[in-house]
Amino acid sequence: MVEAIDVVEIGAGNIGSVKRCLEMLDIRYQVVNATNPPTGDMPLLLPGVGAFGPVMDHLRKDRLDERLVDLVKNGTPYLGICIGMQILFDSSEEAKNTRGLGLVSGVVRKFQDGKVPQIGWNNIEISPSLNGKNTAHFPEEGYVYFVNSYYPDPAVKENVLYYADYYVRFCAAVAHKNITAFQFHPEKSGKFGKELLKRWIDSVT
Amino acid sequence: MSHNGLCRRIIPCLDVAGGRTVKGVNFSNLRDIGDPVELAQRYEEEGADELMFLDISATHEERKTVFDLVERVAYKLSIPFTVGGGISNLSDVERLLNCGAEKVSVNSSAVKRPELVSEIAFACGSQCCVVAIDARMRKDTDKEDPIWDVLVQGGRQNTGLDAFAWAQKCVENGAGEILLTSWDRDGTQDGFDLKLTRKFSDGLPIPVIASGGASGPGSFIEVFQEGHADAALAATIFHDGMWTVQKLKDEVKKAKIAVRV
Repeated sequence: MVEAIDVVEIGAGNIGSVKRCLEMLDIRYQVVNATNPPTGDMPLLLPGVGAFGPVMDHLRKDRLDERLVDLVKNGTPYLGICIGMQILFDSSEEAKNTRGLGLVSGVVRKFQDGKVPQIGWNNIEISPSLNGKNTAHFPEEGYVYFVNSYYPDPAVKENVLYYADYYVRFCAAVAHKNITAFQFHPEKSGKFGKELLKRWIDSVT
Repeated sequence: MSHNGLCRRIIPCLDVAGGRTVKGVNFSNLRDIGDPVELAQRYEEEGADELMFLDISATHEERKTVFDLVERVAYKLSIPFTVGGGISNLSDVERLLNCGAEKVSVNSSAVKRPELVSEIAFACGSQCCVVAIDARMRKDTDKEDPIWDVLVQGGRQNTGLDAFAWAQKCVENGAGEILLTSWDRDGTQDGFDLKLTRKFSDGLPIPVIASGGASGPGSFIEVFQEGHADAALAATIFHDGMWTVQKLKDEVKKAKIAVRV
């Protein structure tokens, strides 16, 4: 049993579903933000539905961006979900003049085909070029719930953890050093989603 | 072009009033059929992709129970769910989302005040804003290329609005999905209205959830293949135990349609 997880409030609203999911999994957590900043003693979880620009602005306003970058560079485990994944990258087509955290090199792109946003369940498949970095022992494949108009495009393909298809083969998750991030919503993805969260938590504690 | 792996969704709908699941014919003779939380959990177990809770509470007192219900459901469910019925202002929307709903669905109140859709989309994001449209084929319309009217107040009032034009306006205002109910088919078990569904699904850039007329797996296969629906919603066939979600999805999958099983 893990001591606790720091759930980072990134101004994107609705972190309720992740909090409820952790409670269902019997994982203790605390909410951290600018007034109660993370110390790096606990793994970081950044959930949220939101837009790249406003979320980065919110983090910069409170200088929480620098804190997160320092902690992650010093080895604190990080799990990003949805917008918590996208902000890891250098930039996004959603907000052309806003820099991301730059912890994973690459850009965030907009879907060009099909109905946008992608809404619903899609199959994720583990990347064949992961180079044995699947330290959390994530499953080979499964169905997860997506709600996204944008998807990350990592510069280094070995950082891709899972792929999925939505008129384009896109990166659905990354694993890079102490960073793991999901474009989909494990907290809304039934038993399989809970299993993914549990495996990450087990791997960082 | 790369393959699209996104699954078609099957969504059971629960009518709730006063915090209980109810069932009735034409909103009358409502019968209590149990605890919505238990039913919701059963549907998730069976493989439902999402759930829809439609609050048909008749009184203000009854309606207040919906927040508590949503919170109880959210603690037990790990699939997304939408809440609709009687939502008319942004503060109710925000409260429902905070209680754990993934999306809200607005209907009559959006017709009355179309800015409600843009307010929700701006404050909470398009992805959580579903606009429900009750459509009935206009009398004397060209049957080959029909026009459908928008009905409101649970079908009691015909607004005379062209339903497709109304849907386009909702998209412009930031709607994330359209829940499209055929009033001609609703409650009939004659199958979904394929012509209606296809017109909306092909003509709109956002997902369309087909509703009204669900019967067996054949009706779902048709509405995905010919109606091009992104998702399909049903109530009676699941409540009455004619089909479990799982058995239905197995049949749909046999027709080579991508579903999560």
